[in-house]
Amino acid sequence: MSSLNIPIYMDYSATTPVDERVAAKMAECLTKQGHFGNPASRSHPFGWHADELVEQARDNVATLLGANSKEIVWTSGATESDNLAIKGAARFNVKKGKHIVTLKTEHKAVLDTCRQLEREGFEVTYLDPMENGLLDMDAFKAALRDDTTVVSIMHVNNEIGVIQDIAAIGQITRERGIIFHVDAAQSPGKVAIDVNAMNVDLMSLCAHKVYGPKGIGALYVRRKPRIRLEAQIHGGGHERGMRSGTLATHQIVGMGEAFRIAHEEMDEENVRMGALRDRLWNGVSDMEEIYLNGDLEQRIPGNLNVSFNFVEGESLIMSMKDIAVSSGSACTSASLEPSYVLRAIGRNDELAHSSIRFTIGRFTTEEEIDFTIAKTREAVEKLRDLSPLWDMHKEGIDLDTVEWASH
Amino acid sequence: MAYSDKVLDHYENPRNVGVLDKDDPNVGTGMVGAPACGDVMRLQIKVNDDGIIEDAKFKTYGCGSAIASSSLVTEMVKGKTLEEVGEIRNKHIADELALPPVKIHCSVLAEDAIAAAIADIKAKRTEKDSSEAVAS
Repeated sequence: MSSLNIPIYMDYSATTPVDERVAAKMAECLTKQGHFGNPASRSHPFGWHADELVEQARDNVATLLGANSKEIVWTSGATESDNLAIKGAARFNVKKGKHIVTLKTEHKAVLDTCRQLEREGFEVTYLDPMENGLLDMDAFKAALRDDTTVVSIMHVNNEIGVIQDIAAIGQITRERGIIFHVDAAQSPGKVAIDVNAMNVDLMSLCAHKVYGPKGIGALYVRRKPRIRLEAQIHGGGHERGMRSGTLATHQIVGMGEAFRIAHEEMDEENVRMGALRDRLWNGVSDMEEIYLNGDLEQRIPGNLNVSFNFVEGESLIMSMKDIAVSSGSACTSASLEPSYVLRAIGRNDELAHSSIRFTIGRFTTEEEIDFTIAKTREAVEKLRDLSPLWDMHKEGIDLDTVEWASH
Repeated sequence: MAYSDKVLDHYENPRNVGVLDKDDPNVGTGMVGAPACGDVMRLQIKVNDDGIIEDAKFKTYGCGSAIASSSLVTEMVKGKTLEEVGEIRNKHIADELALPPVKIHCSVLAEDAIAAAIADIKAKRTEKDSSEAVAS
């Protein structure tokens, strides 16, 4: 166990460390000796060099999506991309209709954007996923109306890692002439993407989940048929007027390199990830009263989300302090509410409260997995020994029949 | 979230974890909270004939602060009379553990657990007194 670095990082869906190869490229774009120029400067080589690097990065991102580089718009991250896509498309097409369809398990960047549009007079349908976390296609078709202008469905869920059938959804939206936005913050390098085969119109991306830097993302905007958006940030008319602001060369170069590596190494990496994830699941799945959240098959290889019944998630995380995991998701872990994603797939409050998300990545080792298994088992056993609910369960009491003192 | 050293100490080494016989006439049991809210505390006190708490045990399902609050309460109540223990307020617990504002509800729950345990033992004793009165 000598090579283990404590604490062990098992939260790759929250963010990833920047790959050394990416960091090296980024460092070349900062100082006086490097490519520090403003890519928008047309009058001298400083600008030309920076522009070349930005366009190379755009190519790399487009290649991973099977897109044309002209369809890539740089943003500050997936949250901004979601805002630009949904607000931009809904507001531009307001004369066609004011109805949007999305899923209850979307990221807050999508849900809160939709809430904002509701305040502006748009109508939003929030669909319930099925118990395995996937979209119910019949319910989806039934929700579409003549005045539906935008559908927003995520590719890979950040909490439970399930993969939606984007191609099947895209076929329907294309037939009906509805704009299809996909939040793909979690999928590059984990699931193959082909925006043309999938009939995606808008796709939100970010670098920091793919071993690139934080603070940079992109929005794919289809050109044929052309998708038009109302800009959300106005200024110098950068990015064909869709997103003004001086381009951050080093960030963009980082994202480009991260996507190039992700595209190249994806197949090999996924085999390794899948084996590690299965090793982790096999190491804990024989414990009593544990529940896997989300479909095991339609799922990215790096994600394992498990509820340990009769144990509370926050104290579980506390007793697993040598392992960096999250309960619910990092965005909601400051609140006392149970995960809304787990509630939406039908988990009761108790199971939603006792969930742990393990996400493994490029630098995870077998040794780390084995350590995590041992620590998890130890922590769950310790907390169950402390838990009056576990005692009651062991006595055969059905907790649903108990009248709890409210507080 | 950063925990205070006292919370960590009680969490790492919880005092008086366990179960007393809830049917023992000298044992008062208080169970408060609800699984759906993320915390359930069970506090048990063993009271001698002089009305002094001889022993206390707890089990808690909840966050670190909830576990620490109940562990601390078992220490606070031992050796005290029911009247003294009835004076314990959540503020004493929250101050002692330096609980942050979002965790104050854990100390409130611990105060409720004390009250519930006292009510249980008092109810048992009233019942016993009245049945003795009938017998004599």
